[in-house]
Amino acid sequence: MAHAKIPPKISLWHNQRVIGILLQIVVISLVLAVFIFLGNNLVNNFQEKNIEFGFDFLSSRASFDISDQVIDFQPSDTYRQAILVGLLNSLRVMVVGLILATLIGVTVGIGRLSNNWLVRQLATVYVEILRNTPLLLQLFFWYSAVFLNLPRVADPWVLPGSIYVSNRGISIPWPAGTILTWLALEFICGSIILTIILVRRRNRAIQQNASGTPRFWIVFIGIAIATIVALVWGLDWQQPQLDRNASTIMGGLNFSPELSTLLLGLSVYTAAYIAEVVRAGIQSVNPGQWEAARALGLQPSLVMRLIVFPQALRVMIPSLTSEYLNLAKNSSLAIAIGYSDIYAIANTIFNNTGRALETLLIVMVTYLIINLIIATAMNWLNTRVQLPER
Amino acid sequence: MTNANSNSPKPSLPPVSQVSPGVWLKKNLFSTWYNSLLTIACLALFYWGGNLLIGWTFTQAKWSAVTVNLRLFLVGYYPERLIWRPWTALGIIVGLAGFSRGIFSGTGNLFNKSNLSILTLLAASCGLIAPWVGVNSSIRLLGMLVLLILAATLGKKFGQSLFANLPGKIWLAGIWMLIFGLVLWLLMGGWLLDVVPLSSLSGLILTLLIAVISIVLSFPLGVMLALGRQSELPAIRWLATVYIELIRGLPLIGILFMAQIMLPLVLPSDVLIDQVWRAIAGYTLFTAAYLAENVRGGLQSIPNGQIEAAKALGLSSPLIIILIILPQALRAVIPTIVGQFISLFKDTSLLVIVSLVDLLGISQSILANPKYIGRAAEIYLFIGLIYWIFCYAMSQGSRKLEKY
Repeated sequence: MAHAKIPPKISLWHNQRVIGILLQIVVISLVLAVFIFLGNNLVNNFQEKNIEFGFDFLSSRASFDISDQVIDFQPSDTYRQAILVGLLNSLRVMVVGLILATLIGVTVGIGRLSNNWLVRQLATVYVEILRNTPLLLQLFFWYSAVFLNLPRVADPWVLPGSIYVSNRGISIPWPAGTILTWLALEFICGSIILTIILVRRRNRAIQQNASGTPRFWIVFIGIAIATIVALVWGLDWQQPQLDRNASTIMGGLNFSPELSTLLLGLSVYTAAYIAEVVRAGIQSVNPGQWEAARALGLQPSLVMRLIVFPQALRVMIPSLTSEYLNLAKNSSLAIAIGYSDIYAIANTIFNNTGRALETLLIVMVTYLIINLIIATAMNWLNTRVQLPER
Repeated sequence: MTNANSNSPKPSLPPVSQVSPGVWLKKNLFSTWYNSLLTIACLALFYWGGNLLIGWTFTQAKWSAVTVNLRLFLVGYYPERLIWRPWTALGIIVGLAGFSRGIFSGTGNLFNKSNLSILTLLAASCGLIAPWVGVNSSIRLLGMLVLLILAATLGKKFGQSLFANLPGKIWLAGIWMLIFGLVLWLLMGGWLLDVVPLSSLSGLILTLLIAVISIVLSFPLGVMLALGRQSELPAIRWLATVYIELIRGLPLIGILFMAQIMLPLVLPSDVLIDQVWRAIAGYTLFTAAYLAENVRGGLQSIPNGQIEAAKALGLSSPLIIILIILPQALRAVIPTIVGQFISLFKDTSLLVIVSLVDLLGISQSILANPKYIGRAAEIYLFIGLIYWIFCYAMSQGSRKLEKY
């Protein structure tokens, strides 16, 4: 009892705090030493090879052309503008790729759990083939074995809905971008917002007096018809036209073979991963939830939509986020098939100017910012769908 | 009470339900109208796709582009007179793999239905490829198969008593590391053997070597980063987190570029590193960050009680980590580590962008030959099959490994 009051004497070498502080000092000085060593070499090498560090080269003439342009670009423009074009090209691939991959992935993932044997096997084969081969190989395959073997532009495949497919890429109808288009677009957005407000109001009315509101249906059908009319005729769709004499396809929106390959390859590959995420998410929902919902008399489609999917989404979103990040990073493989994304442009600039450190920094910062944006957006979504904890 | 049941007959297995084909069809393919519609759509897709594929495979495709270059795909430009060295390396790996498989087969039958069917399939394909790879290679491959079976039987008979316990498993891991060194020595030479520099390797051998070397190098780095990120010391935690998040935010191709271009710039100008080693450095730095995140998942899965109990026993912090935490944490994340290895194996295809000649690179150089212009589909499908076999086998293997 008596010795408990004596403060325990710990030697310096057994004191956890002292050891911790020492360890941190050692690690930090090691890291600093490595950095100083590397930085010193860098400076020496730069001096030896007469390279300077600075970003003022960005204002000089690019003098190379870019095949895929979202905004207008001439070889006489600056490197800064070239990088901007590359960034926009990257963002285009990422955004469209994300949407396509999610659509295909969710479909295949649900197909993996279908009660139709054939569909299940088909989805399994899809996932196992695409997940177990390299993405770069798939891109090469799509590009040189599929897209370059498509019919020549003078004799394209015409798919329903005036979609032209040839070895010059894919052309789809696209709004012309006149005043009429913008008016119709505004009208469509307005009617979507109006519908959401109406549905909310109707739900509240049902909750309050539990009686149907038949008038709602008339309003709703009216809005739907007006929207469809605006969508089909109001947007001023421009159909692609085949000009046999000039051997080109005019009008509409044209995806070059490189862009089409990249979009197809990325979304089909990522979809295989998303399908597994979706499958795992749906399987994580307790079977009792299915049974209870069926016992309440809900139809299978409603069980999926109202009971299972919202719960599965909570499990799915973190893994989905990392798949989206992977897609964004994998879009840099564009360089292998000659699509001018930001990495490919930076590489060209490096080859022209020899500015390794600067171009590398630009690419790094760009990808970090893009990843940060995707991660933040998905985290926001994640907090929205989680159950509020009390 | 407990004795009353011991005399009762053994519980019989549930009766095997006999389902007639008609009922099975109705239940699995035509249960509702939209299921019937889906079935018909799938069948149409099968018919169309199968027709296209079979027609192309047997009439249009010229498989000579693959069969003539088979050797290039596998060993690349390895000197022909030294070809016995890859063969020996393969034999050693096959033998040890069979031995390990025998040890881990437990009490189960080594030659059950599924294993036998895989063996039969392998034997048949070894025999069938004889016209293209030559009778010699075919017989050697069959010999490998026999070696595999022999080693597995040996492993089951004698290995289990020696290696099935925990120190035995560590010994086995040690033997694998030893074999890794031996195979490296066999392939690259030095000390008694003619030197084949790493930069002159190509084809599947290069792909496999880079993948294996990178994962072996990145493993300790990844574990250290994971421990660092979980550390209570703020400076270490902060450094590890910054490294992991920075690397995970970048595309691999950017890191390979950094390794190729920046590494010579930040090292003293008289130090020259071979291009292959630069690529390995890039893969190692990249994979370590991802491995660290996988291992962190394992570290977090260990209940606090384990650490408290170890502290109560008076173990010091390093010993707690080595003896208590890591064995449990690593065991929990074996599947994800194998998954990481699979993606590293697939990512080695990016070597072609930094102009190294891996499996994909060799197919690109074959396609550049005017003789094989337009044969991209055949060649890509073939090397796709090689990648697929490796990745699929690894993922199936990790599922088996999970049970031990």
